Amino acid sequence: MAQDDHSGADLAVADSSHAAHEPAVSPGTAIVASDGFQNPGFPPHRPRVTDEDPKREKRASRTVYTLFYLSIVGSVWAVAAYMLFPIESNDVGAVRLNNMFIGLGATLALLGLGFGIVHWGKSIMADVELADERHPIGGSPETQAAAVKVFTDADRESGFTRRSVIRNSLIGALIAFPLPAVVLFRGFAPQDQLPVELLSHTMWAKGTRLTLDPSGVPIKAADITIGSAFHVIPEGLAELEHGRLEEKAKAAVLLMRLEPSELNQAPDRESWSYDGIVAYSKICTHVGCPVALYEQHTHHLLCPCHQSQFDVANHCEVIFGPAKRPLPQLPIAVDDEGYLIAQSDFNEPVGPSFWERS
Amino acid sequence: MSTITSRDDTQKRSFTAAASTYVNERTSLAGFVKELGRKAFPDHWSFLLGEVALFSFVVILITGTFLTFFFQASMAEVHYDGSYVPLKGVEMSVAMASTLDISFDIRGGLFVRQMHHWAALLFVASIGLHMLRIFFTGAFRKPRELNWVIGFTMFILAMGEGFTGYSLPDDLLSGNGLRIIDGLIKGIPVIGTWTSFLLFGGEFPGTAIVGRLYTLHILLLPAILVALIAIHLVFVVVHKHTQYAAPGKTQQNAVGPPILPIYAAKAGGFFFIIFGVLALIASMFTINPIWSYGPYDPSPVSAGTQPDWYIGFADGALRLIPPGWEFVWLDRTWSFNILVPLIAIGIFIVLVVIYPFIEAWVTGDKREHHIADRPRNAPTRTAIGAAGVTFYAGLWAAASSDILATHFSLTMEGVIHALQAVVIIGPFLAYFITKRVCIALQKKDREIVLHGYESGRIVKLPGGEFIEVHQPLDEYDRWRLVSYDAYQPLMIRPNARGKITVGQKLRAGMSRWFFEDRIAPVTRGELEASHSAHH
Repeated sequence: MAQDDHSGADLAVADSSHAAHEPAVSPGTAIVASDGFQNPGFPPHRPRVTDEDPKREKRASRTVYTLFYLSIVGSVWAVAAYMLFPIESNDVGAVRLNNMFIGLGATLALLGLGFGIVHWGKSIMADVELADERHPIGGSPETQAAAVKVFTDADRESGFTRRSVIRNSLIGALIAFPLPAVVLFRGFAPQDQLPVELLSHTMWAKGTRLTLDPSGVPIKAADITIGSAFHVIPEGLAELEHGRLEEKAKAAVLLMRLEPSELNQAPDRESWSYDGIVAYSKICTHVGCPVALYEQHTHHLLCPCHQSQFDVANHCEVIFGPAKRPLPQLPIAVDDEGYLIAQSDFNEPVGPSFWERS
Repeated sequence: MSTITSRDDTQKRSFTAAASTYVNERTSLAGFVKELGRKAFPDHWSFLLGEVALFSFVVILITGTFLTFFFQASMAEVHYDGSYVPLKGVEMSVAMASTLDISFDIRGGLFVRQMHHWAALLFVASIGLHMLRIFFTGAFRKPRELNWVIGFTMFILAMGEGFTGYSLPDDLLSGNGLRIIDGLIKGIPVIGTWTSFLLFGGEFPGTAIVGRLYTLHILLLPAILVALIAIHLVFVVVHKHTQYAAPGKTQQNAVGPPILPIYAAKAGGFFFIIFGVLALIASMFTINPIWSYGPYDPSPVSAGTQPDWYIGFADGALRLIPPGWEFVWLDRTWSFNILVPLIAIGIFIVLVVIYPFIEAWVTGDKREHHIADRPRNAPTRTAIGAAGVTFYAGLWAAASSDILATHFSLTMEGVIHALQAVVIIGPFLAYFITKRVCIALQKKDREIVLHGYESGRIVKLPGGEFIEVHQPLDEYDRWRLVSYDAYQPLMIRPNARGKITVGQKLRAGMSRWFFEDRIAPVTRGELEASHSAHH
């Protein structure tokens, strides 16, 4: 085919031109072998079966139009499936059928088209191969010189290099002009909030009852059996009109009861627990995921995001994983009615570390 | 262009000719068509990877546009009142509710949504594979260095698109993903706390983030991506595609079927195949079932959840940090458990971006390269690539450390320690092994060129000696094995002022590292010498 016209002779020309503009460009440390092999040129063209056998060609064309007809069938089927498999019935099964049958129709439509076109291209369209000549990407030296001249002329005519005061003041103005736009981005956060202040306090306060997440039912100390763990939120959180999730993201607590003998408590924290019941922040000190997995017999808490492990028996110190700080402990007590309450807010910011935290 | 249009043809012109004339007289496109219509386009299966990326992006645009008509990027709280019974009455954001409506109340909505998500996964994956192909065949060399940078930028943007899109439904899984981003940002020195507040519009999670990510996801990032794709493809046309060494193919030609009709048919058909395969996957396999995760709540989390695959390497990097890498110094918190992964990934990214320039500097080769290398013929580059892949794979596997531990009944700690070793020692091992394998393969190629293939035919010579007949190569097969560039290590020479600069020494050192144990291609002289030695 066409490549036959391009073989031998053309390549010789190409190779000589290769030699002609090669010396201008440095090959670096590449070895240019003097007795390297010569490119043998294109091998003889090999006809396809469809070129040689009219029967095969006919079969290929039958395959192609069959695929296109199948594609039409697929499109029609997808339209029909839209109507045949409605999802009006609050029924997940109907959703599945709707999804599957519309999808399979579309699949048939698309794959029929795709395989049909590719097959047409590969086995029926004339098997032409062309060889385009490549030219240096930089263009001819004249063009490059002309482009350089455009810039030097522009520079001379404008005085961009010569008039340095004008130029430098322009650069200054160009640097300054986006600043107002950058400052506008301050509005992305509310003007009246102090991040460090907000991050340092939670909803917990003296006397706040510990309640179940998410129901908000207060918890009696007597209901906590040894070995159990509860997901806890402060009383009133569920009723918050605004900022419920923001508060929850700081105030979520895990409540666990261990044998008092198994707890190793620092002397200054002995009053923070009640009869083996301890409360710790549920928000990981690494990057803030909920530390939700409690292994009862080892008293270990595991964060499912990055596998930091905390030892509840030892003030939730980190025993493995990327977190550094122990989970903050919420000091708790019991009120007159036997409900668990907080003695105060946490004594340090909860959640992931931040720069201003110390 | 005037040859067709101005001639007063008395013959009846074909419809094709008439139509193209009509359009050309109004657009002046004939010159363009003449230039591009019959361009030869080199063909190889590995060139399809970039097409997969392009076509999956088109699918993303089509399906994504449909989704925007139904999705509402609001974090206002509503009580869900759609068809999915288990969540009826549950408080959730409008974003989550509208995503559920797309899935359960709009016919074909789930199909489009799943196709969008699957296409996004394929998009990032195909860009990654495409880049590996470019890297291992040296297709980033002059004049294509800038296109490498553009392509890599698109890889990063694609991951950004993926992450912003996956965060939009405001479900439990994506909310936890955002929580991790928030924690990461807060760990950055000086600017971290305020950056987090600016991003989330106050305290995490706030009510702004979904709307902001939506703007990025459907406006800013796609606009940049479309522009970069356009530039990327213009460069492909300007540079013409690379081709693998083969008889007849030279640095001065581009050999392949013409764009019209064969290449257009194959590529156009391939678009529909990609589209169709995505449709098939979307109709058969559920992805991101937000209805089973529920709306975002900062307290619950399910074990063993995984981000989309392309986020894995970053998540894994966080998991591999040993305990205790966080300090208080100067009354400020320095979170090296966050900074180290960020910096390590940053350095990795920078190295990948500038690799073409490093290699160009080491070789000093200023020629254009249009023949793609076989990976074995650039052993050091291939070994560096293998080291990079191992590093990435180690981080990526670490994102599933918990799943690896539970599936294979291993300890969590054991998996993490093993993967720490993979990330630190693995790249060196991979480098060493790959380089040796490449050199061994090059030696085998030399052997075949010099002595031919083993034919398997044993012949007894008159003297009683048995030999295996070696089948010599024909010149076409030989050309594939001998046509590659070999470089020699740089000799240090004093510059014009008689000095040897530090830069020179560094370059010479790098050059030695790259090319010290190179295998040069067989020359004609060597082949003749080996023949005469046999006879």
